[in-house]
Amino acid sequence: MIEFLRKLFGGQGSSTTAKERLRLVLMTDHLELSPEMIDTMKRELVDVISRFVEVDRDKIDVSFERQDRTLAMLANIPIIAVNRPNGNGAVVEANHETAAAPPAPAETQASAPEPAKPPSRKRRRRKKAQSAGTAAAVAVP
Amino acid sequence: MHQAQADTSASTDQAQTSAAAVTLGRAIVLTSGKGGVGKTTTTANLGTALARRGARVVMIDADVGLRNLDIVLGLESRIKHHLLDVLEERIELDDALVADKHTDKLFLLAAAQAREKDEVETEKMRALVERLRERFDYVLIDSPAGIELGFRNAVAGAGEAIVICTPEVAAVRDVDRVVGLLGNRFRPSLIINRIRPHLVRKGKMLSVEDVNGILRLPLLGVIADEPEIVVTTNRGEPLALRDGTPTGAAYHAIAARIAGEDVPAPAPPAAKASLFERLGAMFGGSRR
Repeated sequence: MIEFLRKLFGGQGSSTTAKERLRLVLMTDHLELSPEMIDTMKRELVDVISRFVEVDRDKIDVSFERQDRTLAMLANIPIIAVNRPNGNGAVVEANHETAAAPPAPAETQASAPEPAKPPSRKRRRRKKAQSAGTAAAVAVP
Repeated sequence: MHQAQADTSASTDQAQTSAAAVTLGRAIVLTSGKGGVGKTTTTANLGTALARRGARVVMIDADVGLRNLDIVLGLESRIKHHLLDVLEERIELDDALVADKHTDKLFLLAAAQAREKDEVETEKMRALVERLRERFDYVLIDSPAGIELGFRNAVAGAGEAIVICTPEVAAVRDVDRVVGLLGNRFRPSLIINRIRPHLVRKGKMLSVEDVNGILRLPLLGVIADEPEIVVTTNRGEPLALRDGTPTGAAYHAIAARIAGEDVPAPAPPAAKASLFERLGAMFGGSRR
């Protein structure tokens, strides 16, 4: 009831949205990563992941996106094969959507080796790159 | 404004070494990045307010190709020569300076209307501002929008900068960019323009604190978005002519602050709380 009245008489205005958008847009403006730096980062990220799984280097996609309170790095890294010690190279081809969907090849994911952490930089979400290691994609709720 | 103090003391030193030297005035550029935030209106009003304090003031309209400052001041019918006439030495400076109708010691150097911004030579602009500083206490430079050559020319001769920002995402972002570009030369002070207190109260507009929480600049003043600004602009009479009005008084307070007076910290214009808002406050609605 109080909540209802609060909404009726005030509540959150659009200035909160404006403030949040402003904060994030400035964060992106100030990030100032050159395309070369992003390429280098991408390459090094893939080098680390390649130590554990075989990835499709040509189809790697790295982008930056605003997500609620943070700036997120989204990395879509298709895995061609998992380099298991016993040589059982299961082929997993996954993208953004399938990785997030429940019927993903759970077995492969579960048995995938521990992913390596990407070079950690400020304002990146490490969580995403971790899931990239397991299912070649990054999805954030 | 520290820059200005340094400048003044430097010129005082010069005056002591050379008897012929005069104390140089302060060259202040008003800029914003984004267009339409009120640079020209602010220039006209601060020029008026500073001159009414007794200072000798010249305003340069650096928006070559889009001359507007003359309109805001109601001087459009008196412009015969312009900035480029002076820079290109076709006209004596004195013949191009137009005296204001309403205020003594206030002059305008209009922009060229039928020319383009890249026809202005940065070095000549710098030299002109230097010359004007010898004769005026304040040289206010109304910068064009943008961050290209027109902006760079406007900034070239300035020793200080004032950035104008409205409570909008795009305006704050652009000011942030401009501050970055000015960064190597000087730290600007900030005027927040077009605040609507009742919208801020309702949480529907960025507040002064929101804007400057991000920009973190020395705050010179806050100007409310008042209908009377539209009316005075229609008439070509800056609101600073009427210091009895709240907005007129706000311009005078900013002028006093520029002049170095210790005017109390600018209070954001207040809006009366409506009945609903007061009821809302009773129910603990935090409006942010």
